[in-house]
Amino acid sequence: MIRRHKVNIAVTGLNNIDSPGPGIPVIRGIRESNEFDVRIIGLAYEHLEPGIYMKDLVDKTYMIPYPTEGKEALFNRLLEIHKKERINVIIPNFDAELYSFIKLEKMLERVGIKTFLPSLEQFEERSKSNLPAFGRKYGINVPDSIEVYSISDLDNTLKSMEYPVMIKGKFYDAYKAYSIDQAADYFSSLSSKWGFPVIVQKFIKGTEVNVVALGDGTGKMVAAVPMRKQYITEKGKAWGGITIDDPYMIGMAEKIISETKWKGGMELELIRTSENKFYLLEINPRIPAWVYLAVGAGQNIPAALLKLAMGLEVRPYQNYEIGKMFVRYSYDMIIDLKLFSQLTTSGEL
Amino acid sequence: MIVIKLNLFPIIEINIVMIIRGNIALSDNGFVFNPTTGDSFTLNGTGREILMLIKEGKSLDQIKELMIAKYEVDSIILERYLEDFVNELSSNNLFEE
Repeated sequence: MIRRHKVNIAVTGLNNIDSPGPGIPVIRGIRESNEFDVRIIGLAYEHLEPGIYMKDLVDKTYMIPYPTEGKEALFNRLLEIHKKERINVIIPNFDAELYSFIKLEKMLERVGIKTFLPSLEQFEERSKSNLPAFGRKYGINVPDSIEVYSISDLDNTLKSMEYPVMIKGKFYDAYKAYSIDQAADYFSSLSSKWGFPVIVQKFIKGTEVNVVALGDGTGKMVAAVPMRKQYITEKGKAWGGITIDDPYMIGMAEKIISETKWKGGMELELIRTSENKFYLLEINPRIPAWVYLAVGAGQNIPAALLKLAMGLEVRPYQNYEIGKMFVRYSYDMIIDLKLFSQLTTSGEL
Repeated sequence: MIVIKLNLFPIIEINIVMIIRGNIALSDNGFVFNPTTGDSFTLNGTGREILMLIKEGKSLDQIKELMIAKYEVDSIILERYLEDFVNELSSNNLFEE
């Protein structure tokens, strides 16, 4: 009989909406592993994050302060929750909160809470604004990208670029702009939502393909599954995808993990052109929302990350099933008002 | 008309053996999946039959002869459709380079 590890895991990213956070698929992966006996503690920023109400997946949820309130406010709230829940591991899933969690890593460890996150240097090096330098350093094609801080910056930048261009937020969201007016509109909305810089990136035509991968922090790649997006929403999110057999994409993930000694989950967002040339659009420093496809294809990346966080041995995955598909869907839950009011008044549910 | 059409596709030589990529999956119902790109296609019965013959290593000339023996079809029209079909397969990266 397999001895299952009893573990209390706190997870963010419960916003299972049209631009979904990775929390729910991460939880599904962990719950499907037969190595753990888990209690899942959801950490939420908004009262209507659907994962809060998914009681078959999330045992208890606590509201936590927005990253803009600073890491001290976050740490104090986590300590309050820790006193009640005895958290063993936290898996943060938002780009915007990762900076705070990385900064808090040692303080959390001192109170007995483990994480498995990239270092601050790794986090900064792959940021959208540093991506062109990252590409040069590691010999990877990256579309020309320029960071802009004002409308006049944007105006000057666009003089030397051909339309369409991609206008991207610091952490999330990307829009294709066909004119200066359109670009200026996107610049304003993205800078007010995510702050500065806003990134202007050359548009590359091709097929959108992604890799989800996991690095153990010593340079070893523990898991990697490439996927081609089959159905893409207006926000650019995959609503359907299929695992593919592309050794080049896996090789790129392995090279990045090996050379940066990447620690934690990551997602490579790539474009494959009709000439079969790959461009790296982004490296997301966390597990992506489509990770459940990797679980379904044979690589339980959330469970492997949990094991690494707990200091358990993880044997690298060697295979995955090619041609496995995911199709996302939306689903209406009926929620009693008293649950909502309990959450809004007490900050927990 | 037919001669003009054929001249538009001079790249396919009729006696060449086309090699389908080893990992291309072709199911009995004509569903084709390219695992490298994630592309999938559905072929009708004739398309499936031709792709199977290409997979078996038959040259286009041999395929043409087999199809003429099996179906009542004009050889020039068959050749034209065969070339169109092979061009389509090629543009979808189904052949070894």
